[in-house]
Amino acid sequence: MPSTVTPPTSPKKSSGKIGSRATAEEMASKQREISVSEFFAKNRHLLGFDNPRKALLTTVKEAVDNALDACEEGGILPDIRVELLQLAETRFKVTIRDNGPGIVRKQIENIFGKLLYGSKFHRMKMSRGQQGIGISAAGMYGLMTTGQPVLIISKTGRRKPSHEVLLKMDTARNRAEVISETEHAEDDVLFQDGHGTQVAIELEGRYQKGRASVDEYLEQTAIANPHARFTYVTPANEEIEYPRAVDELPPEAKEIKPHPKGIELGTLIQMLGRTGRTQLGAFFKEDFCRVGPRVAKQICAHADLTDRTWIKQVGHAEAEALYKGIQAAKIMSPPTDCLVPIGTKAMLAGLLKEVKAEFFAASSRPAAVYRGNPFQIEVGIAYGGNLPGDELGRVIRFANRVPLLYQQSACCSFKAVIEAGWRNYGLQQARGSLPSGPVVVMIHMASTWVPFTSESKEAIADYDEIRKEMRLALQECGRKLGTYLRRRQKMRRESERRNVFARYIGEISMACERITGSDAGEIRDALETIASRKTAEADQQLDDEGRVVEAGGGLAVDDSVIIIDSATDGVEAAAEAGEVAESLFSNSPSETGSRAKSVKKSGKKIGKKSVKKTGRKTGKKAGKKKVT
Amino acid sequence: MASKRSDESGKKATDSPRRKSGVKPVGTQKSKGVVSSKKTSKKAAKTTGTTVRKVGSKADQADRARVDARTVDRIESLGESVVRQSLKHTDPFVDVPTRSISNIKFNKSKRLLEMGDAKQRRTLFNLGQAKKFMQTMLIADGCRDLVRAGKTLSLRGMYYKSLHTIAGTKEKTFDGQDESDVVLEDLEVAIDSLRENLHVFAKKRGTMVGNITVFDNGDEINCRRMGTGGYAIPSICEPSVLKFGKCEADFVLHVEKDTVWSRFNEDRFWETHNCILTEGSGQPPRGVRRLLHRLNRELGLPIYCLLDCDPWGHYIYSVIKQGSINLAYESGRMAVPEAKYLGIRSDDYQRCELSDDVKIDLNDRDRERAKQIAAYPWFADRRHWQKEIKRMLSNGFKMEVESLITKDISYVTETYVPERLKAKDWID
Repeated sequence: MPSTVTPPTSPKKSSGKIGSRATAEEMASKQREISVSEFFAKNRHLLGFDNPRKALLTTVKEAVDNALDACEEGGILPDIRVELLQLAETRFKVTIRDNGPGIVRKQIENIFGKLLYGSKFHRMKMSRGQQGIGISAAGMYGLMTTGQPVLIISKTGRRKPSHEVLLKMDTARNRAEVISETEHAEDDVLFQDGHGTQVAIELEGRYQKGRASVDEYLEQTAIANPHARFTYVTPANEEIEYPRAVDELPPEAKEIKPHPKGIELGTLIQMLGRTGRTQLGAFFKEDFCRVGPRVAKQICAHADLTDRTWIKQVGHAEAEALYKGIQAAKIMSPPTDCLVPIGTKAMLAGLLKEVKAEFFAASSRPAAVYRGNPFQIEVGIAYGGNLPGDELGRVIRFANRVPLLYQQSACCSFKAVIEAGWRNYGLQQARGSLPSGPVVVMIHMASTWVPFTSESKEAIADYDEIRKEMRLALQECGRKLGTYLRRRQKMRRESERRNVFARYIGEISMACERITGSDAGEIRDALETIASRKTAEADQQLDDEGRVVEAGGGLAVDDSVIIIDSATDGVEAAAEAGEVAESLFSNSPSETGSRAKSVKKSGKKIGKKSVKKTGRKTGKKAGKKKVT
Repeated sequence: MASKRSDESGKKATDSPRRKSGVKPVGTQKSKGVVSSKKTSKKAAKTTGTTVRKVGSKADQADRARVDARTVDRIESLGESVVRQSLKHTDPFVDVPTRSISNIKFNKSKRLLEMGDAKQRRTLFNLGQAKKFMQTMLIADGCRDLVRAGKTLSLRGMYYKSLHTIAGTKEKTFDGQDESDVVLEDLEVAIDSLRENLHVFAKKRGTMVGNITVFDNGDEINCRRMGTGGYAIPSICEPSVLKFGKCEADFVLHVEKDTVWSRFNEDRFWETHNCILTEGSGQPPRGVRRLLHRLNRELGLPIYCLLDCDPWGHYIYSVIKQGSINLAYESGRMAVPEAKYLGIRSDDYQRCELSDDVKIDLNDRDRERAKQIAAYPWFADRRHWQKEIKRMLSNGFKMEVESLITKDISYVTETYVPERLKAKDWID
């Protein structure tokens, strides 16, 4: 700036009366386009790179999300390896390798070097990534903090060579610069399946265990993606395996057209401008979902137009009228088959292998719609076992199978959990806080477009429709938990009864012998016979509806519930749970193929014995989860 | 194991510093020889030789032996019924008459509280009752032991006698004396034998002095020469233990606590007014009530009560007069329906011109209790009592007997009681 003393005036084209600071021409010379990458480089907190700890997590998260998306789209059961190598106190090398379909050579620069480049932004399809920012931003962050380029190795097929590319991001031009590239002929050491991608990013970060750590992220990802197998090498060079629990890929998500109620006026005008149709009727019918001829006519009529009106003739005023017409029209909800929920069984399998609890329940709501976007809520609950009993319960949140680790209290799901009224289901809950006790609540929202509160995808926005669905799903699960807790309490009483009788029979028979001279042994035998008969009767209690309760009660026939062991001994039960979880779902090759079925089975057969048995039978086969 | 335990408790009983411990109830021992074990009869023989005291008559001994034999019989038939039920593979049970207000009937013609017919079945195979069932059997066993040995134990002694850790557990048979006391009362009603007949006594409470001679377990006690302490009324005041000798007294004055009693004793009220003075340390224990009952029935002495003017004082009077709710089954042996309430009365504040300082404000609990008492059927038809309680409530304060001391140290003995007695100014 030339002068600092002149009073602040707007830099008009002035006659020179006021000492001008800059002319329009001078200013024009400084005005130029800002590259997206530059913008995000300066505002990296928007993408989740606020601090070194979060940056490390975000990097892992973006890479893993991409890997999972790629594997699923390619129809491959994901097998992902995450390696954190600590180079210095705050410097890490993050390596993520997947067995996905690989990336063709010419796309490598675009995918890893360009912000807002991707396949997912333009379509209405359920996927983890949305904008195509994530992994390139991570690479950019690494370059900025350490100066090190990103190393990518990718292989697309067994007989194809693998490409090793060293990329450096050019933030000013939003494109990548290839520093070096090598081609390895059929290098199968890295990719045992013959295809896959490996990314290595060096960055400044901080590793810390606990809440919102890489460990937690992987654990939760494993819960929501039981079809994936993760191998995680911690900075302490410890290898943790998250085994695969289900051998079925989730069905592929379908792409849908936008729903009329889900768009805004600006979008409508844009779509009108871009469409290939010539008449309004065709435009509505072809470019939107759930619009038939009748609805199209109705919308047009509302705007004093007909379905034969030429699109060229639709101006701004007409578009606005059409927009109002859409709002007034009754339109069927968008199709929901485009959503791929995790499914109650898979959710149970995921929880069972990662959470050491004794009771698991899951429920899935039918799909619903917010702002024209279909969505579906699923909830899982784990209770008891090794979970800490004296703390507040834990909520783990997922959006399209991606764990959300930050901003819990800003999230719609968190509010729904508080609202659900857990006291009705046998848990303690202080007003306005989470339920307390050994409980983990898992909430998953599947949608073609998850409304996040920010670009860093940390919390789901609070739409009434979403919150209501969440609450209903939570309550459905809560009811199952309540039934279980009541039954457990009853069982506890029963076993207490058994103990009490057994304890006192000896005393009574001895006292009787002293009083009457009859033989104590004889009396004891008689009393024990009665006692066993009595407790057998008590075991066969009637349930609320008056039916004789079988081993597992009403929950036994419920597919969406797993009970590990109803023994009263908490520690033992928990140990048992761990064993069952590990053995049922451990990824030992001998069991491949039958695992998905075994999940189903264990969901149906409850009762102490059946599960216990399974635990023992497979317990020996089960590999240790932690290998150091 | 069982015999060892009974041995120990027997030792405890003899070692305990009881007033009567020096004096062996020889007669009892002898008669008990029929049923008691070898060991105890040997002991009894030893003590017989050394005793020089006057003992109860032959008839008394026979009486006691008969009562003891009957008690043992009843305990044994209780045990046999349990064994029979068990061997038949049915749920063993003991029927215990209900001891609560719901099972209390007020007999208007006798003016006594009586226990109704309601019974509670105590079964082993009920989670809430299993432990009590076991305890009942243990106490029954313990009492049978005690009766056969011809010894007595305190309630606390009984608790220790039946206390042990259940084999294979860390649980004790009783969690405290409260539990064994209740079970013992249950056993009393279940086999219709009194605690006294089970040879269990409570802590001594209550004092007596006056123009009477009694024989306590054969010892002659002249209640005219009891000094400042008075004669401690024993827990068991059955005719077989306590006999009345010469008695010149015209009436009995029962006061609430020993502080007031001391005042009367020091002023030799019993001498000047030719009466018997008793005191029950608050709610009188069974011994005192049984004694009052016997003084009234056997010697024809009217009973006058001097109690505090508060709901608790009123209820003490109610218990003396009609019997208590908990021990309704003993009302016939304990209650004194003719007992009169001398004071303190709610209008004494005005009548005796007491100062404001003696007023003690009624609290919510007092008010509630007063209303409860007023609603009891045996108070409901008493016009004077209704008036009395209503006046106390409208006064809003209560008064203790000691409040009369504000007038003069001996006002209560020299003025208050004599005047009331003379004027026959009491409530019935």
